[in-house]
Amino acid sequence: MAAQAPHGPQQDTVRSLLAELWRERLQPSRPGSGRETPVGRLIHGALFLTATLSAFVTIGIVLVLIFETVEFFREVPLLDFFGSTSWSALFAEKQFGVWALVWGTGMIALIGLAVAIPLGLMAAIFLSEYSPPRLRAIVKPILEILAGVPTVVFGYFALVSVSPVIRDIFGEDVGIYNALSAGIVVGLMIVPIIASLSEDAMRAVPRSLREGAYALGSTRMEVSLRVVLPAAFSGVVASIILAASRAVGETMAVTIAGGGNPQFGVNPLEAVQTMTAMIVQLSLGDTPTTSIEFKVLFAVAMTLFVLTLGMNIVAQWVSRRFREEYE
Amino acid sequence: MPRNFFTLMRSSAPAATDVPAATRSGHGTPPPNWTAEAATGVHLDASLEAVRHEITEEVDTALQLRDVSAFYGDFQAIDRMSMPIPRNRVTALIGPSGCGKSTLLRCCNRMNDLIPGARMDGEIEFEGRNLLDPNIDAVEVRRRIGMVFQKPNPFPKSIYENVAFGARINGYSGDMDRLVEDALRRAALWDEVRDELDKSGLALSGGQQQRLCIARAIAVQPEIILMDEPASALDPVATLKIEDLMRELAEEYTIVVVTHNMQQAGRVSDYTAFLLAGEERVGRLVEFGPTQDIFTNPLDQRTEDYITGRYG
Repeated sequence: MAAQAPHGPQQDTVRSLLAELWRERLQPSRPGSGRETPVGRLIHGALFLTATLSAFVTIGIVLVLIFETVEFFREVPLLDFFGSTSWSALFAEKQFGVWALVWGTGMIALIGLAVAIPLGLMAAIFLSEYSPPRLRAIVKPILEILAGVPTVVFGYFALVSVSPVIRDIFGEDVGIYNALSAGIVVGLMIVPIIASLSEDAMRAVPRSLREGAYALGSTRMEVSLRVVLPAAFSGVVASIILAASRAVGETMAVTIAGGGNPQFGVNPLEAVQTMTAMIVQLSLGDTPTTSIEFKVLFAVAMTLFVLTLGMNIVAQWVSRRFREEYE
Repeated sequence: MPRNFFTLMRSSAPAATDVPAATRSGHGTPPPNWTAEAATGVHLDASLEAVRHEITEEVDTALQLRDVSAFYGDFQAIDRMSMPIPRNRVTALIGPSGCGKSTLLRCCNRMNDLIPGARMDGEIEFEGRNLLDPNIDAVEVRRRIGMVFQKPNPFPKSIYENVAFGARINGYSGDMDRLVEDALRRAALWDEVRDELDKSGLALSGGQQQRLCIARAIAVQPEIILMDEPASALDPVATLKIEDLMRELAEEYTIVVVTHNMQQAGRVSDYTAFLLAGEERVGRLVEFGPTQDIFTNPLDQRTEDYITGRYG
C-alpha cells in the first residue's frame, strides 16, 4: 500500500513535522491564539496566577469579613452596634456601640488633617512654584522617605516628644495618652501624601496658564493660589481624601499614643480608642475564637473597610469628575 | 494713513526714503519722540547694519528700545536691537523662526524674568523709565503692558472670572459686571457669550478662547498689548476676526504683534520690524519702518528676499 505512493510513510511524517515546526516559527503563539508550546503554556499560567493572586486574596478577605460579620449580627442586633455610643466589649456587661470607636477614629483623623492639610499644601506650593529645581530634587525624595518611616516610630515620637509639649501647654492634668498627641503625629505621617500628590497635580498644570496669569500682573503668590491651586483642584482634593483614608486606617501610632479609652467625648485632650486600636487590643488578648469578642473584631473591621473603601472611591470620583483637560 | 496694506500696494508709489544719513547730525540730543527721530531718515548702523525708514506721520513713541540684548544662559538670543514702538499703532515683528521675535516681545513686559537663566541688557524706555531696570517691579510692568499668547490659554474658570481675574488681583473696586461686559465687547466676544458668562472659558472654540484672552488682557486696562502669534493656532475665519480686532484695538492701545504670516503683517500693521538671525543664531534687527515702505521698498536685500518668500 505504502509502496504505491510516491513518498514513503516516514517521509510523510518528516514532512508534516517540518511543516508543523515552520508554522510555529511563522506564527509565534499568543495566548488565545490556540497553539502554545508546553513551556509557553506554563509561563502563561504562572503569570496569570501571579496577576490574579492579589485579587483572590482581596476577595478572600472580604468574604471572611462578611461571613464573620454576619455571624456577629446573629448574636448582637444591628441596633446595639450602630445605635449606641458606648463600647465595653471586654467587660462582663458587654456593649458594642461602634460609634465610640468611629468617633475616636474620626477625631484623630480630623486632628491629623488639620495638621497635614496646611503643612502639605504649603509644602506642595513651595516645591511646585517657588523652589529652585535643584532644591526640589533634594527635598521631595526626603519628604517621600518620611512616608516610609515605620509608624511605631511615630507612636513613640508622640509619647516622648509631642505629649510632653501638650502637657506643658495644657497642664499636668492632661494624660500622656491623648487624642491630640496621636492626631498630630498622624498628621505628620500623612503630610508626605498630601504634599507629594498635590505637588504632582500642581506641576501638571500647563506652564501657559501660569504665563497667562503673570502677564496680567500677578505676583507669584497670586499665580500659585488663584490659578495653579484651583487648576489642580481635583488632584489636591484626591490627595487629601487619600491621606484621610490613610489616617483612618492608621493603627500603630494611635494604639500607642491614643490611649485605650473608647469614648464619645469632644475633648481632644482625653484618651480615645480608634477602630484600629480596638482591633489590636482584641487580637492581642487570649480571646477564644468562638466568643462574641472575637466576632465583633470582624464587624469593626468591616466598618473600617467600608469607610476607607468609600473614601478611596470618592477620591477617584473627585479626581475624574473635576479634572480639567488641557491640550 | 490707509489701513490696508494691499490697497497701499496698488495705490501708492514707493515712499521716498533715501534721505541722506547726514541729516541726523542736525539733532544734538537723542529725540525722546518719534517725530524728531523721523528727521534722521534712513541710516545704517555701522555695527548692526539696521536700516530705519523715515516716518512721515506725527506719532508718539510708546516704547523706545535701545540696544536691547537678551541671553538665555550663555546663549545670546538677540543682539542690540534699537527701535521705537509708535503709540496707538500696530507694530509687527517679522522674520524666520529663531530670529528672536518672541524673545524681543517678551523683553517688553519682562516675561523673560520667569525663565531661569534669562538675562537682558540695554534699555526699554516706557514713560521716562527704563523697564529693564532691576529696580522696576516686573509685576507692575506686566499690569501695564499686557500679553496675548500663541495658544489661547484661558484659565479653567468661568468666562466671567477669566475676564475679572486681572482686575481682581489688581484690587479693582468698581463695577465688575460693567468692566467684564466692556472688555468682552471690545474684544468682540460679548454677543457670543452674553448669556453664558458662567460657562467655563475652556468650553469655547479656539478663536473665542483667543478673544477671551484678549478681553482678559484689556480688562486690566494696559497701555500696550503684546501679541505673540495670536492667530497661528486658529482657522482662517477666526484669524480674520482677530486681525479685525487688532485694527480696532489700535485706536486705544499700542499693539506689538509677532507674526510668521507675511500677509497678516501687511494686513494689520502700521510699522514692521524685520529680524534675522545669522549663522551663530543671534537675532538682529535688519530693517524697521512703516509697513508699506518695508513691503514695497525694502532697502535691505535680506528683507526683500524674506518678504518675497525666498526664505523663512
